[in-house]
Formats: sequence, C-alpha cells, structure tokens
Amino acid sequence: MTLDDTPLPTPEVGFDVDTEPYWRGAGEGRLVLPRCDECGTYVWIPRPYCPLDLSPTRWVEVSGRGSVYSHSTVHRGERLYAKRAPFVLAYVELDEGPRIMTNIVGCPPDAVTIGMPVRVVFDAVEETMGIAIPRFTPA
Amino acid sequence: MTSLRGAAYVVGVYEHPGRELPDRSVAQIHAEVARGALADAGLTTGDVDGYFCAGDAPGGPIAMADYLGIAARHCDSTDYGGSAYVALVSHAAQAIAAGKCSVALITMGGRPRSGRRRPPAQDNPAYPFEETYGHSNPASYALAAQRHMFEFGTTSEQLAEVKVAASTHAQHNPDALLRKVVTVEEVVGSRLIADPLHLLDCCVITDGGGAAVVVSPEVALRLGRRGAKLLGAGEAVKHTGRSPIDLTYTGAVWSGPRAFEEAGVTPADVDYASIYDSFTITVVMSLEDLGFCEKGQGGRFVLEGALQAPHGRLPYNTDGGSLCNNHPGNRGGMTRLIEAVRQLRGEAHPAVQVPGVDIALVHGTGGWVGTRMGSATLILGQEDA
Repeated sequence: MTLDDTPLPTPEVGFDVDTEPYWRGAGEGRLVLPRCDECGTYVWIPRPYCPLDLSPTRWVEVSGRGSVYSHSTVHRGERLYAKRAPFVLAYVELDEGPRIMTNIVGCPPDAVTIGMPVRVVFDAVEETMGIAIPRFTPA
Repeated sequence: MTSLRGAAYVVGVYEHPGRELPDRSVAQIHAEVARGALADAGLTTGDVDGYFCAGDAPGGPIAMADYLGIAARHCDSTDYGGSAYVALVSHAAQAIAAGKCSVALITMGGRPRSGRRRPPAQDNPAYPFEETYGHSNPASYALAAQRHMFEFGTTSEQLAEVKVAASTHAQHNPDALLRKVVTVEEVVGSRLIADPLHLLDCCVITDGGGAAVVVSPEVALRLGRRGAKLLGAGEAVKHTGRSPIDLTYTGAVWSGPRAFEEAGVTPADVDYASIYDSFTITVVMSLEDLGFCEKGQGGRFVLEGALQAPHGRLPYNTDGGSLCNNHPGNRGGMTRLIEAVRQLRGEAHPAVQVPGVDIALVHGTGGWVGTRMGSATLILGQEDA
C-alpha cells in the first residue's frame, strides 16, 4: 500500500467548556490531559472531574509519546471520512498511561504495527483559529 | 434478594418478514410487530399493562404507548443500543415480579436500509474524541479484532467460520437477506472494510423489526401457547472511565456469569445460543467471555462446524443471525431473542432445529466494543428446566 499524502480531514471540533483546553493546547503544539488533583490519575476522555473519585482535575502537559495499542486500516470511511480512505484509526497508549483514539499518519498504513513507538503531531483546524487535532506518527 | 428464575415467560414473539420497507414509517413497523407478537401469544393490546422500548422508538415510550394504544402502568426505555431488548426482557420480568405489570410488550423497528442511518449522538461527551478520527461501527470492532489477533493468534480464517455457520443456517430461512452458503475462502477474499474485518465479517443492514410479549407465570398458565421460561438475566456496562480501554474482552464477562448464576446452570448446559453477531469478532469474543471456552480460544472453538445446527457443539443463530438474516434498525438484540424462543418451542426451521433444547442463551452486545458498550445476557428454558 502506498502512502496517501492527502491530509486527513480537519473538521471543526465540537468542543465545549469541559474540553476546549485540550484542543487549544493542541493548537499551541502541546498535548494536555486532565489529571486528578486527588489521586494523580490521567483522565481519558477529558473531563473536569476524575471518574475514579469525582475529584476536580487539572490540565497538565504530557510527553506526546507512546506506542500503538491497536490499529485498523479503514477502507470504507463514513461521514467525515467518506471520501478519505484508506486511513489508519488507532489507539495509542501514551507513556503516561491513557489509551487514546487517534490516527497514525506519516507512514504507509501497512507499516503500522502494534507496539510501534509514536509521537504526537498537530493538524491545524483552518476554520477555528488556535485549534488543532492531535495525531500520531512513527517516533 | 429476589431471583428472576421463573418470574416471567416470553409467550409471544414476532419478527417482521420485511428487509426493505421504503413505504412504511418506523412507528408503523412497531405497530406491525406488536400486532404479530400479541397474536402469537393469544393476547390483545387491551391486555398489555407494561410497555418497553429503546432508542429506536419514535418519540420514546410515551409517544409509542399512545400510538399503540397501550394503557401502560409501567414503562422502561433503557437504551443499551442493540442489546437493549435482551435487557428489557429482564426489566419486564423485574417489573412483573414487583407487581408493576403482568403483560409486558417490547417493540423495536427501524429503517436504516431504505431510510436514513442514525448518526452517532453528538451530545455524547466522547463524540469529538472519536468522530474526529473516523470512528465507525466496523472500525471499532476492527480495533478489537486486531488486538485479539495480536494477543491470541486469532486468524481471519477462524473469524470466517462464524459467517460460514450463519450462512449454512440462513439458506433455510426464506426471509433472510443473504441465503447463499459461503466458504471461508469467500469471506477472507471479500474486500476489506476495516482491516482485519472483511465485508463478509460484517452484519447486514436491513429494515424491519421485532416484538416480544413477556408475562407473569399466572398469565402464562392461562394461555394455550408454550412460552420460554426466564431462568436468569445479567447486564453490564463496559466503559473506559475507570481504566484504559482493554479491547480483548466485552461486557459479557460480567453479564454472562450474573445470568448463569441466577439460572443455576453453566455454559455446558446450554443447548442453543443466540449471540449478537454485529461482526464475526463479536461472536468470538462473546463465546470466550460467556465461558464457552477459555479467553483467547474463541477462534479455535468455532472451527469444525462447532456453531452449526443441528449437531455442532454449540448451535448458534439458526435463523442466519445478523450476519445473514436480519439486523433491523442496526440493533440485533430482538431478533436474537426471537430465534431462541423459536428453538425452545421447537419452531425453528426443521433443518436447523436443535433436538431437545432445554436451555437457551441469548446474548446482546450494544454500543461499540472499541469504546463503550452495554451487554445483556438471558438464560431461557423449558418449564421443567
């Protein structure tokens, strides 16, 4: 399979007051996650209260490094991706622990393997100033 | 604590025969299947005092109780996605046991084939973190399949056996959307939808629906029709709130044991299994999580016709399942329930009727195995089971 250089979709992200710092952080080139004030757990999906103890969370910058936990080369995209397949949907396990859904970019889809080290990259959302979408590429 | 063992009976079921229904409203489909299930039970809407539905019901339970003319004194619209109707049988039994109703009607219907497919709910707080990256139903289950293959050595050929068994059953079902028997080679040779899942690893998309009538033991005794006795029920929500996602198992690891414990039986006692088959991997993971084999052995379990009726080790989905027969409204739990009741009554197609079914299992996986899901398991049996 050859590398498709067409950029992946960068849709307007439907963030709200709970999640805006995640996407704004990405816009500044930083991957930020909420971390529980009480137990120190990094929380995924981002939210203002820790699901382990409902204590408040605080945004902290993380390394942006991790490895592929699972992946799929999607050949029939839907909705935003209806005209942009194949693409790689994946879970990346961050070095800090959370497993987050993302895309793997910057390499041919069939080069992606479980356990492969990756690092974050940021795709700017043109329609919304200061917002970017975190994706991952081979480290 | 009250057990649901023997607390209720499924005395009426009806599967809509249509697979493409462009000229019907979804509400009308609910009415057609309600009429069919009540007729099967020998009851009328005037007898119904409990109404149960899920997210497919237009306008929700109040609107549909109105539309169907049901004087409900108890309603429940718990929405676990496609497994909802399996859970609703349990909820109906709970309400019956508590004296809140005695004749419960559960309806479902949808038109994703000829009408619009429902997009994912945008008010789900997780929506932007998944939709932005192209998450879809097949992609979600593909992520689980990929990890299952990595951890346990499961192969595409093993997954294909799940579809092959479904197709051998569907050939006998005149209503099934896909009646052609397929081979392992045809499944793994079909085009990739989301690697490693091929087109023939995916369920069909159909219009249609189904309904069930659940009644108290006293009502069941008055009816002439043989019912399926509820022996046990379990449900579970699996999510990623308390730990990072683990794609190797489903909520069946909790819903299954809860149902078996209540029923007082084990997987070895199950004569027939209806297992929601949104994708082939869903069945393999469910078999493991329900305890039919060790974790990671599901791919090997399904070999050598193990799932094929009437003589396989565990005959499953004898109507052809969602992989071949019917997946109305993109929600397969109701049709899984209906085929299990047919098997217990001895009313499955003769070619796939399992001889002497005492215990049947119904299992539903709703939502997404790749993110969060609602699982529901029922154990049904004969009167003396």
